[in-house]
Amino acid sequence: MIKKASEINELTPWQEMTIGGEIYEGGTASLVNTGDWRTATPIFINDKCKHCMLCVPFCPDSAIPVKNDKRLDFDFMHCKGCGICAEVCPFEAISFGKGKK
Amino acid sequence: MSIRERLSGNEAVAFAMKQINPDVMGAFPITPSTEIPQYFASYVANGEVDTEYVPVESEHSSMSVCIGAQAAGARSVTATSSCGLALMFEMLYVAASSRLPITLALVNRALSGPININNDHSDSMGARDSGWIQIYAETNQEVYDNFIQAMPIGENPEVRLPVMVCQDGFITSHAVENIELLEDEKVKKFVGEYNPENYLLKKENPLAVGPYDISPYYMEHKKQQAEAMKKAKKVILKVSDEFEKISGRKYGLFEEYYMEDADLALVIIGSSAGTAKAAVDNLRKQGKKVGLVKIRVFRPFPMEELAQALKNTKAVAVMDKAESFSSCGGPLFAETRSSLYDVENRPKVINYVYGLGGRDITVSHFEFIYDQLNEIAFTGNTGQIYRHIGQREKDGDTNEL
Repeated sequence: MIKKASEINELTPWQEMTIGGEIYEGGTASLVNTGDWRTATPIFINDKCKHCMLCVPFCPDSAIPVKNDKRLDFDFMHCKGCGICAEVCPFEAISFGKGKK
Repeated sequence: MSIRERLSGNEAVAFAMKQINPDVMGAFPITPSTEIPQYFASYVANGEVDTEYVPVESEHSSMSVCIGAQAAGARSVTATSSCGLALMFEMLYVAASSRLPITLALVNRALSGPININNDHSDSMGARDSGWIQIYAETNQEVYDNFIQAMPIGENPEVRLPVMVCQDGFITSHAVENIELLEDEKVKKFVGEYNPENYLLKKENPLAVGPYDISPYYMEHKKQQAEAMKKAKKVILKVSDEFEKISGRKYGLFEEYYMEDADLALVIIGSSAGTAKAAVDNLRKQGKKVGLVKIRVFRPFPMEELAQALKNTKAVAVMDKAESFSSCGGPLFAETRSSLYDVENRPKVINYVYGLGGRDITVSHFEFIYDQLNEIAFTGNTGQIYRHIGQREKDGDTNEL
């Protein structure tokens, strides 16, 4: 009766939840919409981006996806809007402002 | 054949630990439980066990060691007393809510303050709502036997709860008594191997333990714990049946002493039950219908069973070796009186707080209490319900009985 984290939600009865809240797989934080907390939002300006990749390791939430050596738009399900990316970008390719987007 | 020995309660626990050969011990000394990790350290040094012995800097850490180890899949034990248990407080709840069946040898000692190293139950009673199973002993033999039964109870997949095996500081922990030990092989077979279904070091099955529970989940996990504690009762009885088969010694949720026809009864925990039994013996010789119930398992509390045991009595005194400062009685009193609520023609119930900080309680104290019960049963008048015994008073000294 082992349940995966993705099978447990706010409607799951106690009988069907894992004992002691144990989680039987890795990386389940990605399932949670923590982007909901955001009160300020970075905006990716594709034209200015040189894909230097400096913003990627600075992001504390791994919310900047990279594919084929190109950084893509933000993963807003996990971006908390801290603004570090906008601060470190050498090319002004990230603007930053109040609001959830 | 079992082995006749003479051991202190601390030695008995350390010896049981040696026979079990747990994977990890979190070790930190505090009077009067210090001897347990001390004896066990010599077993480790002599190669009699292959336990990972982790000397830590505090009890908070020794419980944390046990939690980490048990979650990793290792059977872990520790021992403590008094303020040591208090310092573990935060981690006791983590162990229980993570459903890790750690075994803790608790040598009961008064909590500070005022600072005091002698026995009462204020430490374990303070932790009674932490989600641990609590089993208490009257004698050295009982604490040895309880320790051996702890793991088959706690590790049962229906239960998965940590177990606190309690004994009275100095009274049993340091006093040497005759004891019957079981052979190593018998103990090992009885306790078995710790085989949890999931554990951190099981590489085929990644696991996270103790995640943050937001309000939509917390209550469901607490309900699971509550249900596990209810199931523990049956498992405790099953394990004691099995234990009886290998030892010849019978245990239940509590022991009844002359209760079949008792009109007047005491409810008590721990070593003082021995003293109270001497009073029962004396009064029985005089033809008085007195008896006592010695609680062995306080968590889960044997509510229905205790009600059954007390339902034909006329007056009951509940003995609390801990203050709860509720201003209306100690913790055992609250539970016992609650268990009697559903009994038709329930007996009158009073509470005595006794023995705090190692204050002696004597046979004559207990005879006095039975005398009080006799009067209550006769007059139907309870008088003061919440009482203390053994303290000096300006008039009517109850210490000089």
